Amino acid sequence: MSTDTMAVDSLELKPGIAGFMDDWGSDQRAFKGVPWGKAMMWIFLVSDTFIFGCFLASYMTVRMSTLDPWPVPSEVFALSFGGAPIPLILIAIMTFVLITSSGTMALAVNYGYRKNKWVTFWLLFATALLGATFVGMQVFEWSKLILEEGVRPWGNPMGAAQFGSVFFMVTGFHGFHVSIGVIFLFIFSYKVARGHLDDQTPGWFTKRGGNYEEIEVLGLYWHFVDLVWVFIFAFFYLW
Amino acid sequence: MEHIAHDETSFVRPAEVGEMELYHAKTWLGKYVFSQDAKTIAIQYAATAIAIGMVALVLSWVMRLQLAWPNTFTFIDPAYYLQAVTMHGMIMVVYLLTALFLGGFGNYLIPLMVGARDMVFPWLNMISFWVYFTAVVLLAASFFVGGGSTGAGWTLYPPQAILPGTPGSETGILLMLASLAVFIIGFTMGGLNYVVTILQARTRGMTLMRMPLTVWGIFVATVLALFAFPALFVSAIMMSLDVLLGTSFFMPAIMTMGNEADHVGGNPLLFQHLFWFFGHPEVYIVALPAFGIVSDLISIHARKNIFGYRMMVWAIIIIGALSFVVWAHHMYVSGMNPYFGFFFATTTLIIAVPTALKVYNWVLTLWQGNIHLTIPMLFSIAFLLFFINGGMTGLFLGNASVSMPLSDTLFVVAHFHMVMAVAPVMVVCGAIYHWYPKITGRWYHEGMARFHFWVTFVGSYLVFLPMHYLGIMGVPRRYFEITGTSFLPDSAQTVNASITIAALVVGFAQLVFLYNLIFSAMKGQKAPGNPWNATSLEWQTEHTPPQHGNFGKELPCVYRWAYDFSVPGVEDDFIPQNVPPRSTTSEAAS
Ligand code: HEM
Ligand SMILES: [Cu+2]
Repeated sequence: MSTDTMAVDSLELKPGIAGFMDDWGSDQRAFKGVPWGKAMMWIFLVSDTFIFGCFLASYMTVRMSTLDPWPVPSEVFALSFGGAPIPLILIAIMTFVLITSSGTMALAVNYGYRKNKWVTFWLLFATALLGATFVGMQVFEWSKLILEEGVRPWGNPMGAAQFGSVFFMVTGFHGFHVSIGVIFLFIFSYKVARGHLDDQTPGWFTKRGGNYEEIEVLGLYWHFVDLVWVFIFAFFYLW
Repeated sequence: MEHIAHDETSFVRPAEVGEMELYHAKTWLGKYVFSQDAKTIAIQYAATAIAIGMVALVLSWVMRLQLAWPNTFTFIDPAYYLQAVTMHGMIMVVYLLTALFLGGFGNYLIPLMVGARDMVFPWLNMISFWVYFTAVVLLAASFFVGGGSTGAGWTLYPPQAILPGTPGSETGILLMLASLAVFIIGFTMGGLNYVVTILQARTRGMTLMRMPLTVWGIFVATVLALFAFPALFVSAIMMSLDVLLGTSFFMPAIMTMGNEADHVGGNPLLFQHLFWFFGHPEVYIVALPAFGIVSDLISIHARKNIFGYRMMVWAIIIIGALSFVVWAHHMYVSGMNPYFGFFFATTTLIIAVPTALKVYNWVLTLWQGNIHLTIPMLFSIAFLLFFINGGMTGLFLGNASVSMPLSDTLFVVAHFHMVMAVAPVMVVCGAIYHWYPKITGRWYHEGMARFHFWVTFVGSYLVFLPMHYLGIMGVPRRYFEITGTSFLPDSAQTVNASITIAALVVGFAQLVFLYNLIFSAMKGQKAPGNPWNATSLEWQTEHTPPQHGNFGKELPCVYRWAYDFSVPGVEDDFIPQNVPPRSTTSEAAS
């Protein structure tokens, strides 16, 4: 590793996976073509994965260590329509809504990059509404558990106290993520509709010009929140 | 040597992105309070961290006074002692060292050293500081609430942390948990900025393997923090719920003060795992920036390239990765499957390999160097001495069977102070003196600095070396007082008294340090732009101190690594990173 001052053989970087190491060995950017905001969101999401990972690991640990029996999810989370209880029906609908919103989000990103203002707006707005619907159904689910079934964070009539504790904590934390996402989806629907992204209007706080890459960054977050839900769904409702 | 084209484009690739948009504040508030300039934010971070650090220093006096002369100072009762231990530990580790290395040095040095005009998201960076400030305020508030701050120990182990009988179980513990959660949120905002700036906003020619080791150390430490703090965040949330809502995440069925508590079925070991999954990487969050900075200080002040640069980089990365798989060496006495103990002892001892490599490389850099005994160099050598000492005792504590009898004695306190308290503090001091001329444009007072160095160095040894002996004799840590024991000779008390005297002297020496920093910033001699003849970019700025935007009209181009010292055949004994090849090697060769 002497003084490293020789002229570089070729300053061109290779594309594709073969060029991956080249990119890391090069100057300026390790991820070529990736805007700052997108890189930052990816790293944040890895960090957030650790948060949800710790939550889920803790859930499994307390479920193993408590001595009382764990309530049966398919009975607790059943809704009855006309007498017959249908297990997990609400959760199925919630999951469907959230996954659908991921679809509209992906389309919004796509139309954003095509600078198709109004289609982008409607897709973002639809995503926001679907997200809000999800949160609304979660509120319904919580109120039913609390008011009708008597589940509390510190105890419940069905079994182990930890059932309510982790359930409210983890779905609450996820619901909080969804709510933040919904707020930003509404903000960005507004910005798109007002043409802020086309005109590169400076942001309210950051004073940086807006652009359609921000939609993709928001999309990353939204898909992540969806993905986390899939895990929560599997671990809380199916186990 | 063959002819090399006199044209930068044959050495560095063209710029990939345009210039960074900077927001130039016009108001006083925008310039100095809610500044978006990473350098101002750095100073805000550092000042806040040092201010709360002084509180932790005073708390160490409280503990030492009690240990040296039990029952002499009536204002120290057992509860107060435990609160002092807890707040001292937590402040020092998280609110002083983490904030100072990453928020302080990270903010100041990263953009300058990689050749960026600022952090990539300056507004977020500004918010990061104010969130940190809020965390400090919450923490400080816990001194004043009813029941006082928490006395659970900096590890905050449940069940005792939240049961009545532990000081601060009324409100103090909640404020502590809230403050930690807020700290982590603020840190994440800053940390994302540091990582993305290093990965995506370097200047032309600045490859990862040309970055000064300071940047590498801060970079890997930040990545560790982004992945380790989540565990603390989650445990803070769960413990708060145990306190506030009466959940039982960490609380088993338990009798307290003669009554059955309302908890049932929780798992206290879960907390320990989560805490140490954060806690061990935290040690390296403090140590890695120190490793990086000290590498640069040694190289610059010994006028020699760092020995084994690539090895140093990989050692930092490997230490960082391994630090996530050793956490349960803090839990040897908590009750664990012996095979786990074996696993964690093994991984712990493996970390010693890259660590020892780094120590050898520092020594080999000094070897036959042109060592200038400047203040930064003195502190670097002191760092080496403390770190080697602490590393040795780490081998004892890493082995499960050797560690068990030493667990929870002053031997542990001596070990971690050597390795993660005093050693990084030496680097902090050295680094502040080193970059002081750049940050303020003035010189510190040399005499005061030498006084500060010698008192701190010798004094810290006098404080912590004897603690090893006390620990081996069996003096437990976190004890208010030991009476009626036959295993301790009277001389143990004499040792304790002498430690306290040394600690008081060391503490007062820090006041000289602070006075020097503040006074010299206003009255010190004017310093030139590159007083140490250093090579990295922060010393090549147009203005000293650098202005908003760091560099002049054009960003510098980088042609070489940061360690071109004493290159044979070159007149000056250093070549800055932004000097193109033609003006040195080819000229010298012709
Ligand atoms: C003047 C310098 C210092 C002195 C005299 C000092 C002294 C002490 C003492 C007497 C204890 C408590 C021992 C016990 O009763 O268990 C302690 C604990 C501790 N100190 Fe320091 N210390 C100093 C600096 C630092 C620094 C710079 C750090 C930063 C890492 C630090 C981190 C800790 C930690 C983490 C604990 C453990 C707290 C606990 O047991 O909960 N100390 N220190
Ligand atoms: Cu450890």
